Amino acid sequence: MAMLEVKNLEVYYGVICALKGISFEVNEGEIVSLIGANGAGKTTMMQSVVGIIPKKSGTVLFNGQNITKTPCHKIVQLGMTQVPEGRRIFQELSVYENLMMGAYTVRDQQRFKADLESIYERFPRLAERRNQVAGTLSGGEQQMLAMSRALMSHPKLLMLDEPSMGLAPILVDQIFEIIKELHASGTTILLVEQNASKALQIADRAYVLENGVITLSGTGAELAQSDDVRKAYLGG
Amino acid sequence: MEAILSTLINGLSLGGIYAMIALGYTMVYGIAKMLNFAHGDIIMIGGYLIYVFMATNNPLLAILLACVGCMILGVAIEKIAYKPLRGASPLAVLITAIGVSYLLQSLAQIIFGSASKMVMVYEFGAVKLLGVTIQVSSLVTLAVTVVVMTALTMFVKYTRLGRAMIAVSEDKSAAQLMGINVNRIITITFAIGSVLAALAGLFYLLKAPSVSNTMGAMPGIKAFTAAVIGGIGSIPGAMLGGILLGVVESISYKITVIAPYTDAIEFSILILILLVRPTGFLGKKRREKV
Repeated sequence: MAMLEVKNLEVYYGVICALKGISFEVNEGEIVSLIGANGAGKTTMMQSVVGIIPKKSGTVLFNGQNITKTPCHKIVQLGMTQVPEGRRIFQELSVYENLMMGAYTVRDQQRFKADLESIYERFPRLAERRNQVAGTLSGGEQQMLAMSRALMSHPKLLMLDEPSMGLAPILVDQIFEIIKELHASGTTILLVEQNASKALQIADRAYVLENGVITLSGTGAELAQSDDVRKAYLGG
Repeated sequence: MEAILSTLINGLSLGGIYAMIALGYTMVYGIAKMLNFAHGDIIMIGGYLIYVFMATNNPLLAILLACVGCMILGVAIEKIAYKPLRGASPLAVLITAIGVSYLLQSLAQIIFGSASKMVMVYEFGAVKLLGVTIQVSSLVTLAVTVVVMTALTMFVKYTRLGRAMIAVSEDKSAAQLMGINVNRIITITFAIGSVLAALAGLFYLLKAPSVSNTMGAMPGIKAFTAAVIGGIGSIPGAMLGGILLGVVESISYKITVIAPYTDAIEFSILILILLVRPTGFLGKKRREKV
């Protein structure tokens, strides 16, 4: 059984159809990448799956449970957490308070403290800046904070929307290293990326989204070899 | 010297009332991104509720029941009138809020009549302080305001729920992604704002013991002005703006030549500040997204 199963998802912005009935799935333990150009509908897909923007039709199942109409805040409690495009950290809150918000669904104080410690251990930069207002962090630090914040809720499925956006190449490498580590420690990952070569390299399976339609799917390696993908997304 | 001291205390206590009301405006604006123009009328409803519950002859009980009543009313208004408009154009929400304001005023007039009602909540009397006669009610108002504002600041700063309110005001969808129930936060915000308005109603009754169906209109507009001066959306801003406006009003009333123009002076300050600092004293500039 797939961990996340999306069937015939349709999303409209007014009369404009942004997703024309897409279907895909993420199995437990996988890294699944969804690549596509700007405006293909990647972020729309991410936001509609978790219920931030409404779905016109289609079904979303998470561990077999129908969450098509479940409000966003309840989906987090089920174990599906998203790092949104553009990081969207709370600029006015401190690093610590951002992590506290990430743990909003965690009621156990002991567990919260332990999680906090392990995040600080993993990202010493965040530990150094724990009382600093998050808006003053650099882009790379903000992305680390955004990912750490999502981890505070103990997701079974972590959804990452363009984690490499706007980062220097060396930081992009770092972010992808972190994704690999998270995966190795047992988190299932759905990754949406414009950086197709990186995203395919890391993926067990991948999908190509074009103008609101999934046009290709396969293993990461298969898609990286595909002529269509190479021409369109990998620069020849 | 005596005149200065009494003017200052009156100003601070009036400013405290404005700040209490302004907090309701600013918190609702920050979190629900709407201007609740019916907020001033909650003060009036608070006044009438105290009038009704004073039948128990127990001022504290009457105040408590009025606070609870206003809280329920504020939450109900949000659920019935504003929630269905979530995502609608700001103009639609604004017009609805004005509609709710007239609805409350008209209902009060139908129920209680158009003549104002006398309500004597409690006779505090006056004390002599450094040779100045000061109404104890002003001091009580000031003290309660300080306590309430401190409590509210602590609540927002140090509790999980308070931090969630800041998170929602900054980024609603990111807050949802944290598992924060945004609707619940909005409900809580309306509840807090309405209780503060009920307390403001009480303070007006302590100053002048009568209620009428339009008593909330002017304080509402003044407090809104205070919220904008302080920076709408900012909690310390509402406090600062309220106190500032109260002190200015009280000084202006003392100076015979300009006393008739007091309201004009206050609104001129608003215009002036909007020209120089459109975000108000403590308002944030909206950061442009890259």
